[in-house]
Amino acid sequence: MFYREAGDFKTSYRDDAQTFPIAFDRLRYYLVLAVALGVIPFMINDYWANAVIVPFLIWSIAAIGLNILMGYAGQVSLGTGGFMAVGAYATFKLMTSFPDLNIVIIVVLSGFITAGVGVLFGLPSLRIKGFYLAVATLAAQFFLIWLFNRVGWFYNYSASGQINAPERTVLGIAVTGPASPPWAQYFICLFFVLVVAWMARNLTRGSVGRSWMAIRDMDIAAEIIGVNPLKAKLTAFAVSSFFIGIAGSLFFSVYLGAVEVGEAFGIEKSFIALFAVIIGGLGSIFGSFAGAAFMVLFPVLLKNILVNGLNWPTDLAAHIQLMVIGGLIIVFLILEPHGLAALWRVIKEKLRLWPFPH
Amino acid sequence: MPEQVFFALEAAANGLMTGVLYALVALGFVLIFKASGIFNFAQGVFALFAAMTLVGFQNGQIPFAHLINAIFGTSLHHFGWNMPTVLAILCTMAVMVLLAFLVERWVLKHLVNQEPIILFMATIGLAYFLEGFGDVMWGADIKKLDVGLPQGMSSAIDEATYSLFGYGFFIDRLDVVAAVVAAMLVVALMLFSQFTKYGRALRAVADDHQAALSVGISLRFIWVMVWAIAGFVALVAGMMWGTKMGVQFSLSLIALKALPVLMLGGFTSIPGAIVGGLIIGMGEQLFEFSVGPLVGGATQNWFAYMLALVFLVFRPQGLFGEKIIERV
Repeated sequence: MFYREAGDFKTSYRDDAQTFPIAFDRLRYYLVLAVALGVIPFMINDYWANAVIVPFLIWSIAAIGLNILMGYAGQVSLGTGGFMAVGAYATFKLMTSFPDLNIVIIVVLSGFITAGVGVLFGLPSLRIKGFYLAVATLAAQFFLIWLFNRVGWFYNYSASGQINAPERTVLGIAVTGPASPPWAQYFICLFFVLVVAWMARNLTRGSVGRSWMAIRDMDIAAEIIGVNPLKAKLTAFAVSSFFIGIAGSLFFSVYLGAVEVGEAFGIEKSFIALFAVIIGGLGSIFGSFAGAAFMVLFPVLLKNILVNGLNWPTDLAAHIQLMVIGGLIIVFLILEPHGLAALWRVIKEKLRLWPFPH
Repeated sequence: MPEQVFFALEAAANGLMTGVLYALVALGFVLIFKASGIFNFAQGVFALFAAMTLVGFQNGQIPFAHLINAIFGTSLHHFGWNMPTVLAILCTMAVMVLLAFLVERWVLKHLVNQEPIILFMATIGLAYFLEGFGDVMWGADIKKLDVGLPQGMSSAIDEATYSLFGYGFFIDRLDVVAAVVAAMLVVALMLFSQFTKYGRALRAVADDHQAALSVGISLRFIWVMVWAIAGFVALVAGMMWGTKMGVQFSLSLIALKALPVLMLGGFTSIPGAIVGGLIIGMGEQLFEFSVGPLVGGATQNWFAYMLALVFLVFRPQGLFGEKIIERV
């Protein structure tokens, strides 16, 4: 009824190529933006910011990054945690070495540093593929964590081996450190989410994105029709690591504030990002958001029900959470291998015909 | 000879023994990968789960005691008897076979013809599920596993090497037992796949699914069988590792170490898994011995992966793997 292309006449190429071609989608998008910018900042409190919204935003960035690598370029990576650690430690070193530098610039620079490291670990992808590559990225995960754990220069030789984010301000408002208000943390994360999502969307539908998808679908065929695999694979690793680095940087500086590398960026973080991408849907920006929301919200929800609702011990709840997440992943893969994004696509198709499906 | 050489030799020997244990886990991976093309990430958790179940049976723990206590407010924990080791091993084996059956029935059957990467993700999901399930069933505390395997320093080797070189090597007796068991397991698997009816069917399936189906081999039965055998291998690996370092979560991380072993040896080769395990085990010990002190130690965490990574760049299919041929 309301969800139609019919009657919405495009009169320029610009209109024709827009991200949301259907008027209702556009409206919905602006509505979400309005709520995100105009409503949530006034409602947010410490609990919601810390437990739900800020981690959701940060994991969305990480999931978009991993989705570019896995969903668009078809290169499996289990090194997300390690690359996030690179972003975090780059931020720490930049923050402590250049105290006057704006935090936004620091986060972006950390992204670039992570991109460099990502390209380095992406080089083997030119020779090895599939599972072999997945295992090779484990090398990045374990090596990077070990490096940040053992080499004192990275944590400024602090006695505990931890890194702590000093207070930094944007426009006079603290966004890192213990004194920062939740809405400021929320805004800085939201800013990066919007930039990253906009970049990812436009990269993936441009020529770079098409070359990634060609490589994903069949790399030899892509090479024959003139896609340079070196360029395509390394740009995918660079862009993906750039986003993941930003996510790691925010995770450390805005969200956690103090980080012990093995605990904060261990292999289970790689799996969270991986599950977010799988559950959300490979090769979909919306899917990255949906998957991240699922992976952040679901444990909070389950914990609330089991521990606060039924008064079960926390360790039992944690084990049941593992079971349920593992089980749900299998169920998702069986019922809908293309994730929540595919579900959403089906709903949209149905909506288009509703209420006269024949 | 100078002492340093002896130290290096001792480190290498110990590395070889650890390598055998890696190879044990890797063996389970290879079996499943050959027969069904599935890269079973859950193999390590299989080993953990098997070891937990074994301890649980031995000590007469009540399964799901924590869950039952949480729901009904009771305080159950043990049945109050101890099961003989042999019986406990048999019961655990039965559980692993049942697990294989259920995995085929509830997971694999529904994922036939999916892309390999989807199947891989499913096994990661399975690993998570099983880890949580094992913890709910038997509790997450670190348990001691004792199935009567010898432990401690081997005095025979110590004396023999002392009389030979004037320096006694320290080698754990458990490692020697593990090496022997691994060798026996490989021989048994070889005999099974070469000389029995089901072994031949297994090789046929590994060679070509469609051709095997067309001559009347039941794919589903073979899959259940292979997962059951992998469960058995996991049980053996879990027994060895569990005796060595206690039954705890970090057992499942050993499985991650088996991945570089596989990459080195090739995903489809049983001898490759063994040789890869030995190379990795020895390599990481020697590297830690020679370079470790210079860079802050604990290089075992990543050396295996780096070695495999560098190696793969030069030989993408591993040492013994089938040559990868790609067509458009």
